[in-house]
Amino acid sequence: MPAMNMIQALNHALDVMLARDPDVLIFGEDTGYFGGVFRVTDGLQAKHGLKRCFDAPISEGGIIATAIGMGAYGLRPVAEIQFADYILPAFDQLVSEAARLRYRSAGEFWAPITVRSPYGGGIFGGQTHSQSPEAIFAHITGLKTVIPSNPYDAKGLLIAAIEDDDPVVFLEPKRLYNGPFDGRHDQALKTWAGDPRAEVPEEHYTVPLGKAAIEREGADATVLAYGTMVHVAAAGIAESGVDAELIDLRSIVPLDIETIVASVRKTGRCVILHEASRFGGFGGELAALVQERCFYHLKSPIERVAGWDTPYPHAFEWDYFPGPARLAKALARCMER
Amino acid sequence: MRDLPFGLVRVLDEAGQAVGPWNPRLEADTLREGLRAMLLTRAFDERLFRSHRQGKTSFYMKSTGEEAIGVAQSMMLGREDMCFPTYRVMGWLHARGYPLIDMVNQIFSNANDPLKGRQLPILFSARDYGFYTLSGNVGSRFGHAVGWAMASAYRGDDKIALAYIGEGTTAEGDFHEALTFAAVYRAPAVLCVTNNQWAISSYSGIAGGEETTFAAKAIAYGLPGLRVDGNDFLAVWAATEWAAERARSNLGTTLIELFTYRASGHSTSDDPTKYRPADEAAHWPLGDPVERLKGHMIALGEWDEARHAALIETLDTQVREAVKTGEAVGTLGKSKPSVAEMFEGVFKEPDWRVVEQRRELGI
Repeated sequence: MPAMNMIQALNHALDVMLARDPDVLIFGEDTGYFGGVFRVTDGLQAKHGLKRCFDAPISEGGIIATAIGMGAYGLRPVAEIQFADYILPAFDQLVSEAARLRYRSAGEFWAPITVRSPYGGGIFGGQTHSQSPEAIFAHITGLKTVIPSNPYDAKGLLIAAIEDDDPVVFLEPKRLYNGPFDGRHDQALKTWAGDPRAEVPEEHYTVPLGKAAIEREGADATVLAYGTMVHVAAAGIAESGVDAELIDLRSIVPLDIETIVASVRKTGRCVILHEASRFGGFGGELAALVQERCFYHLKSPIERVAGWDTPYPHAFEWDYFPGPARLAKALARCMER
Repeated sequence: MRDLPFGLVRVLDEAGQAVGPWNPRLEADTLREGLRAMLLTRAFDERLFRSHRQGKTSFYMKSTGEEAIGVAQSMMLGREDMCFPTYRVMGWLHARGYPLIDMVNQIFSNANDPLKGRQLPILFSARDYGFYTLSGNVGSRFGHAVGWAMASAYRGDDKIALAYIGEGTTAEGDFHEALTFAAVYRAPAVLCVTNNQWAISSYSGIAGGEETTFAAKAIAYGLPGLRVDGNDFLAVWAATEWAAERARSNLGTTLIELFTYRASGHSTSDDPTKYRPADEAAHWPLGDPVERLKGHMIALGEWDEARHAALIETLDTQVREAVKTGEAVGTLGKSKPSVAEMFEGVFKEPDWRVVEQRRELGI
């Protein structure tokens, strides 16, 4: 099985789907000839032709509106929004149209579209190339929101998203494109080489949407994370010395509530980690769900570790970024109770 | 061609004669069918507007004064083409024989509502009639038409898309985004601005209508723009035929401004006398589309006052019967689909949230 980084795995998923399904086509800003600013669509136009993979005008609203119209016709477009920070001009299309077609037309029309977008920080991108907007999509009834944390899942989840008959926002943790990153920014860069999660089958396979992965089993606390934070959590758990169970949610809508509840009932403690700012973040929803379903199993208050409630700051990236030390502290606080 | 956005395509002259190069030379039966569908649209609007005033539904919007547009374009385009409507082109459905009772049930949100009680009155969806799902937010389907048309071209099909946007909504980004994509990818689409002079209470100048014409917006995108008398059934037909032929010949998108007049209020929620003269409609220089087509048919010797009055009577009876049948099922609040429908169709398959919440509600 070849080793792939996340860019290669995503590229492979698109390549497999272009070859397999003539209804799949790909477009976005710089996705055609150039192959995308992060190279995820590299070589696809040359291999599959101009009609299957092309460049779009700088018009996020136009890109998603066009994709929805194609989806309503019966195609399965995969649109790229260059950075998740730029998805907001398309927000109306996602919320008022893509997410609502099936419901309001009583099933006459639907939009089987996938919207790929790199998200998250850790790359010194400042406030317009670093944000994590997953919670605002999770709040929208009718949208699915998927976030992989490694190359194997990235390929399988992207194929599952493309084959799904509902609109999927597929957020790619850009700091994980080239290697796992655990938040320890002062250490040497790691690549995906040698990581078992980077062994990616060449053929078609799916990782089902709505199924979390238990990244590490543990007895004394549960850590809920997704995307880049899965790796930060693993480092934080190691630093804390706590025997914590680490759950990679993989998709936040649909959410694998059963795996979460089973784990917290077993461990009695829960720490939620996300990079997005804390207030109104998806951690709030997770905390509410956990206390509703696990209250009598909890030995300590649920903790949230997240980005501060500020815009994503350029010079203060590592002060903002919720690194392993903050998670370790939260775990230690839990264990004191 | 650069003059077309600044002129006005007209066929029917003041004497009711069809004149000039745009005359589509329609058969008398086609004219009679068009008149019937326009009169049906008007009769339906009048009766259902009254139903709202009688408390039988929450909301209604009339197409009055603009009936020629939806009717002519619906009749002219093919069954496989798709219309991306606004809420003021209900003539599209009336021209295609969409069952009146389904409309009434939708407007009453009753147990037989084809949209299962999920949508405001008249925000229909009728795929089999080439009518894309409507919504209350304006403009956001304009780009869907372009994507739909691109998909047709991609598949090698010859279906085309026709979309509407109001002149007020041309100020939205959706309009410019759609025109950019339509031009760049040469989408087989007909994009129409229905300039009915009023966006609720704002006259067309608030949307830039005094600086240039809405048809002239096409020039910046390198698209042909036509400015058409929207109250002239024959002119609407001819312009649409021209644009549809361009689209089907892979020559791309045409922007058509349909110059018309919204003779009624915006909806049941506004009183137009508060923002414009009460008798403005009577002074509209391009006349009433129904009266103009009727006059033309009488001038041709294909119609007369007696037949006209009889047709109005017949159509009103049809509408009355549909309303009566719908009322028997129930008006708003007196009857509704199963509450289970509230939880259906969020996704293709329900996730645990709606399953649990449905249980919580006890259904």
